[in-house]
Amino acid sequence: MNNIGLYIHVPFCLSKCPYCDFYSVKPEREATDGYKKAVIRNLKRYTQAFSDICFDTVYFGGGTPILLHEEICEILDIAGSHIAENAEITIEANPCITDADKLCSLKRFGVNRVSFGLQSANDNELKTLGRLHNAADGEWAVYLAQKAGIDNISADLMLGIPYQTQKSLDETLKAVISLPVSHISAYMLKIEPNTPFYNQKLVLPDENGYAELYLKTVNMLAENGFEQYEISNFAKENRLCRHNLKYWSCEAYIGIGPAAHSYFGGRRYYVTRDLTSFIKDEIQNEAISDDNVGGFDEWAMLKLRLTSGIDYKTAYEKYGIDRQTFEKKCRLIPKNMYISDENGIRLTPEGFLVSNTVIGILTDI
Amino acid sequence: MTDKEYMHEIRNFCIIAHIDHGKSTLADRILEQTETVAQREMEEQILDNMDIERERGITIKARAVRLNYKADDGNMYVFNLIDTPGHVDFNYEVSRSLNACEGAILIVDASQGIEAQTLANTYLAIEQDLEIIPVINKIDLPSAHPDEVKEEIETVIGIPADEAPLVSAKMGTNIKDVMEQIVKNVPPPSGNPDAPLKALIFDSYYDAYKGVIVHVRVKDGTLRVGDRIRMMATGAEFDVVDLGYMGAKNLQNANELRAGEVGYIAASIKSIGDTKVGDTVTLADKPASEPLAGYRNVNPMVFSGIYPADGAKYTDLREALEKLRLNDASLSFEPETSIALGFGFRCGFLGLLHMEIIQERLEREYNLDLITTAPSVVYKITKTSGEVVYIDNPTNYPDPSEIEIAEEPMVMANIYTPSDYVGSIMDLCQERRGTFKDMKYLDLNRVELHYDLPLNEIVYDFFDALKSRTKGYASYDYELSGFSPSKLVKLDILLNGEIVDALSFVVHADKAYQRARRIAEKLKDNIPRQLFEVPIQAAVGGKIIARETVKAMRKDVLAKCYGGDITRKKKLLEKQKEGKKRMRQLGTVEVPQEAFMAVLKLDE
Repeated sequence: MNNIGLYIHVPFCLSKCPYCDFYSVKPEREATDGYKKAVIRNLKRYTQAFSDICFDTVYFGGGTPILLHEEICEILDIAGSHIAENAEITIEANPCITDADKLCSLKRFGVNRVSFGLQSANDNELKTLGRLHNAADGEWAVYLAQKAGIDNISADLMLGIPYQTQKSLDETLKAVISLPVSHISAYMLKIEPNTPFYNQKLVLPDENGYAELYLKTVNMLAENGFEQYEISNFAKENRLCRHNLKYWSCEAYIGIGPAAHSYFGGRRYYVTRDLTSFIKDEIQNEAISDDNVGGFDEWAMLKLRLTSGIDYKTAYEKYGIDRQTFEKKCRLIPKNMYISDENGIRLTPEGFLVSNTVIGILTDI
Repeated sequence: MTDKEYMHEIRNFCIIAHIDHGKSTLADRILEQTETVAQREMEEQILDNMDIERERGITIKARAVRLNYKADDGNMYVFNLIDTPGHVDFNYEVSRSLNACEGAILIVDASQGIEAQTLANTYLAIEQDLEIIPVINKIDLPSAHPDEVKEEIETVIGIPADEAPLVSAKMGTNIKDVMEQIVKNVPPPSGNPDAPLKALIFDSYYDAYKGVIVHVRVKDGTLRVGDRIRMMATGAEFDVVDLGYMGAKNLQNANELRAGEVGYIAASIKSIGDTKVGDTVTLADKPASEPLAGYRNVNPMVFSGIYPADGAKYTDLREALEKLRLNDASLSFEPETSIALGFGFRCGFLGLLHMEIIQERLEREYNLDLITTAPSVVYKITKTSGEVVYIDNPTNYPDPSEIEIAEEPMVMANIYTPSDYVGSIMDLCQERRGTFKDMKYLDLNRVELHYDLPLNEIVYDFFDALKSRTKGYASYDYELSGFSPSKLVKLDILLNGEIVDALSFVVHADKAYQRARRIAEKLKDNIPRQLFEVPIQAAVGGKIIARETVKAMRKDVLAKCYGGDITRKKKLLEKQKEGKKRMRQLGTVEVPQEAFMAVLKLDE
């Protein structure tokens, strides 16, 4: 059996959040129908060409996948025989579009994990972010998911929202911790070019402000049983996101839909950001994103994002790089940013905060 | 035609203009009108053919071109257009180029009027008795006010301007007027073709096939292929292999060059050092009794260390410098080492612009990443032991206890300015430790000031400071006048507690505090935040006199991974590594190349 991940990008949103530069369009009937057919067509292309493919994780990301819950059920139905028994099947959902019916039918077709884009439990912050839901909608959605029998629930939070304070973050964290969620992703807001936020004069925290928000989050989540396993990801009861772990572990995944990325057959490639051509083309338009795959840099960069870090044994066996070589580089890194012992080297939350630089140093070998 | 009559149809002239006032465009139009260059071959700005020249809008090397023009009087004329450099660093070259001409076209922008650079070169031209032909350019601009500009030319420069052609070089309007005025007003050359040869070298360059090509203006005598020539200043002798005229696109050989003509000589010359600008070429077997006046040996004024950012590129750097020196006799270099920077070269330049140009050409034409240290002048130190040493690298500056007398190079500077700015120029010279010598009114509005100034106060940014305080109107030139005792100290810069030898420099004691503070601030702005806090200190003789800190970085993270997009992160990492190549690791501190240069741009 060939276990791989499946990522399906659902590029539809009712409205565009002002910080988001991800690819999405309005869900017109004709487009969603064409989109569904194209997903199925491309999925079949893979399963026919590689008959032993077995998806042990499936992830519907967006966009707002739950807008297309019927289409998603159909896609899951068709993929059925290629989905592993115990597969993790995640759908991203926006709280105010979620209802009991949708969740129940998704559950029936195999969805067993929901990731809600809660972002904050502060209504003013949610408004600033252009979200359609408020804090109560968020809590209600989590309740609905649980009621539908989906107990693997994740919440996305955002750090560094304009006007966010230590206090408001504290309240958000407390609110989310009190919900029946077993996984939290906490992302620092990054102002991307070509987004409305980019052109606004926003009051954002400075570097120290971000650092404090982040460290507070890490600490508070740890105190409440959410163990950090990646720069931005925390899980209770060992409920790590198996799909995302594939990204960090250089495992294979296939991406379907405009702007989806794949790592499959030893190649990294992506689908062009164009829904019209995705619908029209017999085969989705895939382009190589990186022609230098599988090297030490890539492996180390990804591993160091995880709290488990790099293990020296593998580094030596795969790339011939030993502990001493790593530790020589460590003199350029403050001691509170990493831990190196006989097993390996890993970053601390202080190190994660400046991980671009730290990883740059550790991969400059 | 008798021997002298051919001269009646020769016109030797140059063009003087401020940056952007349209010198190269006008030259292009003249070339077009004389059909020296076919239309299809026209490439914008033929004369400035180095990329850097086009981008900066300045002429670095002199250049010359010969054109044929059929005038309204029915005669064919030979025009020799000699392009001149336009910066004080190259003042001597300018004076030699002007010396090759009888006339100068003065281009003034119809909307902006006369500007500083124009003035300095115009004065030089007037000094050499050149006939000045004012031309008012850019009359196509809505903001053009040619009448006021004419008046300005008459009052500021003191030459009549009522007949100045009103042209638009860009649109090609009235270019013919300019040509006719050249015929009418620029005097034909004089000289005796039968006298012993005296030919002025005003430029030379290295050609891979022919060796050094020398550009000359023959003042007296006649030169033929096969003649044995002697360079009067260097004594070097060569046999002329080829000579002729400079076409717009290539050389056109001829049988002889006669008095009054401008042309080139090729004589299998291997080193450009044998063909010094300003030297006189004569015949070895029938030499002139004395050389042409005005020659001087051009010495480098400013020295700085040039290092490859990647130590492995040392040999490449040496080869590139050798190639550049083929065409630039004023560039000197010798190997040196730095604790911080490794192996490199101590290079000598005419001035800061010259240094920037060399650096840029090395980076661009030879694809090298460089680190350049702060420029220094040469100091003369008499040690307590009686030994005299010249120091062009601050790292080698002796310990104060070994110094009996420290001397710094001085210059005599001539500053030309409209009288309104005399006060602010005096303030500037005072700040720069200048000694006022005298001042003379050239006319009602124009003043020439004479100052003795330490060279190290003017090489870095004096030109810029002068211009910014006089709205660009003042200009200056200078000549070295010797060494003079001075209170000098060596200022060391410490990063994270360690002295960085490449950042040390010598400064007057009274200015040490101020300089130290500014440098510390500049470094703080130029050193990016790092994982560790970086203390920056400036010290004189072990005593810290300024301190700044680069705070540690707190956030540098790509948090989210959209749709499995690993590539984005990887590209970021690669970009970061690319950026690192422009950094020098000094202990735990990464210092960008720019930081080494930033310390000299303290007025910004």
